[in-house]
Amino acid sequence: MSSELIEIAELITSWGEKGEQIEAVVARDSETEVRAYEGEIESLTVAESQGVGVRVIKDGRQGFAYAGTLEKSELLEVLREARDNAGFSSPDEFAGLAEPDGVESVSLNVYNDDLNQLPTSEKINYALELEKLTLSSDKRIIGIESSEYTDVVSESAIATSTGIRSSSKESGCCLMVYALAEQESETQTGFGFSIGRSPGELDITKAASDASDRATRMLGSTKPRSERLTVVLDPWVSAQFLQVVGTTLSAEMVLKGRSLFAERLGEKVASPAFSLVDDPTDSRAFTATETDGEGLATRRNVLIEDGELKMFLHNVWTARKAELASTGSAIRSYASTPGVGIQAVSLLPGERDPIELIKGIDNGILIQSVTGLHSGVNPISGDFSTGAEGLRIRNGELSEPLREFTIGSTIQKMLKDIKEVGNDTDWLPMSSAGSTVVINELTVSGG
Amino acid sequence: MSEIEIVEQGILEETLTAAMQSGGSFAEVFIEDKRSTTAVLDDGLVEELNNGRDRGAGIRVVVGETTGFAHTADLSPAGLLKAAAAASSAARGDSQTNIEVSLSGGAASDISEIKTLPQQVSKSKKVALLKLADETVRNTELPITQVAARYGDSHRVIQIANSEGKLTGDRQIRSMFSVSCVASGDAGLQTGRESVGRTVGFELFDEINVDEVALKAANRAVTKLDSVPAPSGEMPVVVGPGGGGVLFHEACGHGLEADLIEKSASVFAGKQGEMVAAPNVTLIDDGTMVGEWGRFAIDDEGNSASQNVLIENGILTDYMWDWFRARKHGRLSSGNGRRQSYRHLPMVRMTNTFLTAGEENPQEIIADTDYGVYVAQLGGGQVNTATGDFVFGMTEAYLIENGKLTSPIRDGNLIGNGPQALLDIDAIAKDFAMGSPGTCGKDGQGVPVGDGTPTLRVKRLTVGGTAT
Repeated sequence: MSSELIEIAELITSWGEKGEQIEAVVARDSETEVRAYEGEIESLTVAESQGVGVRVIKDGRQGFAYAGTLEKSELLEVLREARDNAGFSSPDEFAGLAEPDGVESVSLNVYNDDLNQLPTSEKINYALELEKLTLSSDKRIIGIESSEYTDVVSESAIATSTGIRSSSKESGCCLMVYALAEQESETQTGFGFSIGRSPGELDITKAASDASDRATRMLGSTKPRSERLTVVLDPWVSAQFLQVVGTTLSAEMVLKGRSLFAERLGEKVASPAFSLVDDPTDSRAFTATETDGEGLATRRNVLIEDGELKMFLHNVWTARKAELASTGSAIRSYASTPGVGIQAVSLLPGERDPIELIKGIDNGILIQSVTGLHSGVNPISGDFSTGAEGLRIRNGELSEPLREFTIGSTIQKMLKDIKEVGNDTDWLPMSSAGSTVVINELTVSGG
Repeated sequence: MSEIEIVEQGILEETLTAAMQSGGSFAEVFIEDKRSTTAVLDDGLVEELNNGRDRGAGIRVVVGETTGFAHTADLSPAGLLKAAAAASSAARGDSQTNIEVSLSGGAASDISEIKTLPQQVSKSKKVALLKLADETVRNTELPITQVAARYGDSHRVIQIANSEGKLTGDRQIRSMFSVSCVASGDAGLQTGRESVGRTVGFELFDEINVDEVALKAANRAVTKLDSVPAPSGEMPVVVGPGGGGVLFHEACGHGLEADLIEKSASVFAGKQGEMVAAPNVTLIDDGTMVGEWGRFAIDDEGNSASQNVLIENGILTDYMWDWFRARKHGRLSSGNGRRQSYRHLPMVRMTNTFLTAGEENPQEIIADTDYGVYVAQLGGGQVNTATGDFVFGMTEAYLIENGKLTSPIRDGNLIGNGPQALLDIDAIAKDFAMGSPGTCGKDGQGVPVGDGTPTLRVKRLTVGGTAT
């Protein structure tokens, strides 16, 4: 499988000099992307990429370099650069590479060879068919912005002079469509997608109808007035908020004084309905992975249980600094040094389904999409406001569409204000899954 | 002028000839060799000094409306031919053709504007800048509890050859520096950030003082310790000079990109020649602005950067174009065909987008506002071009009460609708400035962009705060 990559990684680590620790991360992927537009192939991309990142630690000083190639002649140059760079960083007693910690990695089935067997012509058909189905799903759908099929097979390997050997291979494919709906010169957009490890898992009908539904139900939308009220986050939206919450639970943020949850271990930081687990060993997660970015086995980490903050996520460096063990939470690409972060978070599901949750609300808003998470959320102070779209909930029923408003609170307050989590879990193409979440009170800013 | 040759002309000609064999109407080889350096200081330590190199080729073949694209890190003749074959098999014409491509001109670009190439500067000098920024903040009495500083430079050489015989190239050198601080007080943590970036070499640090950058970031964080929750709802918003460009980038910049126009995925489709903004609004996109973050000599399709007037005195004059979209309309590219790297297809992108100066006095604009919000520094933004709804973040903002700036307010987003916001601009000052360096994301590709504005007022935007 990835034996060629691990050999390259081992070769680089074998060039180590006395007193040096060396880590090599080697990655290769092949991808196909097909875009359809008006019944034709708009573009077809086929490509292979590869790269190597080398970390050298000597006398507590770390250097790093990468190159987007695996050509043998360049590997030594990357190592030399990394070694040279190490001379310019500050000595840090906690710097060091991972060492085998005895935790066995679980065996995940994240590679499916069916993807490799799929002829390009069928990939093209997926994109064309997705456009066709989306256009025919509702007469108000007047066009699409894009309809695409993408797939990727990626392999990576890590070797270190401290005894780490890991390799992985995974496959994934995705259908994604953005639909345009029009009615009386008003245009609205909606997206739909489907993901899988192999083409057989793709649900083209669902991707098309989701895009159509999302676009058409926004037609006729108006701006709500400003008020504080109960808000329901749909899974797509709650997953994005979980990413933000995940940021605050990185030990790097905590140790560097950038987490609003520092010093709060063991405290109730969220409502009792809120239990957050980061479990990259759960093969249902699209981002499931056997090993982390430093080659250690991933593991199930319970971050918040019944509202109580249980732990932070660690890589090797944060663990040493905090005198703890790594939680297998190093995240990185070959082009970067390891950071710390969530890999596959989800909420423990509640009892009731989304329809029942909405039934209990007299006046509220179901939020279906948010914008500006990168610009309006400050994960250090906890302040947030994001642009939003959704549907009014009136007397327990979904009602008129709303747009051009924001929802705002602080992360601290929002977690406490969670009333209930639905029994649904949607696995999405990101490092978090989503559930329907009811929040007692958020500020809606509109007209 | 200096010659740029990553791959020999003869090999490029062979590659293009091969790429055209399956009946393509156009083929292009884009070669890139990019070196970058990043140095990070955090928590008092120089954490890392990183070097990266990305080198490869992207080959596209166009047949009718279909583009075949392949990229490779293998720049040998065999590697290029393999990619050419992959791209041309993806875009296949009706008949085999036998076109010999011959290139004319030579790849050359003018980089006389660069004084000191970053790779000629020692690593220790770069690291010293980080330490200076850190020490400057730590030596003050300010309640700052954390400092992170980042230095970055990149040296990107591109070479472009196409089946129309074009052979050209460019060197793009960028340098940047940023500082982020955390201040701590009774109300918790607050953050402040300042960044500078220019399409210049290491001489950037003759033009700016990193200690001033650091103090700006620190003061921004400290000011916010006394901040109050932002108001909630519609009100006048005054945007300070420089950073306001983000507003235009989102409110209408993306909506004026020809690829979105063509798919009717923009509210500005079909509006050319119409009044789309207040009469005092003139908006320009200009890739030729020497030193600015979105500056280049040629775009990633080999067309010269140019100054394009998008809106003149409120009237929509033109959209932005890349080669593909321009060809369809029988016109020339406006020099807006850009791509993140050789791994990406080019598309229509902004360069340096700015609103030209008006006549008014900035202080008077504030004094003339009874109640509202003054945004001194904007964060990023996002837009749905089809509906025109956009958001942008405020990372330094104040309440305006009775014509005066009063309390600092907490971070959050503002939301508005592009076409409406353009019409609602009711004051533009004479204090034009360019803003901070930005990275614009579109379809998963990030490219460096600049923007600028004078002080201006939008009479009504929705501020997404929590105070009621």
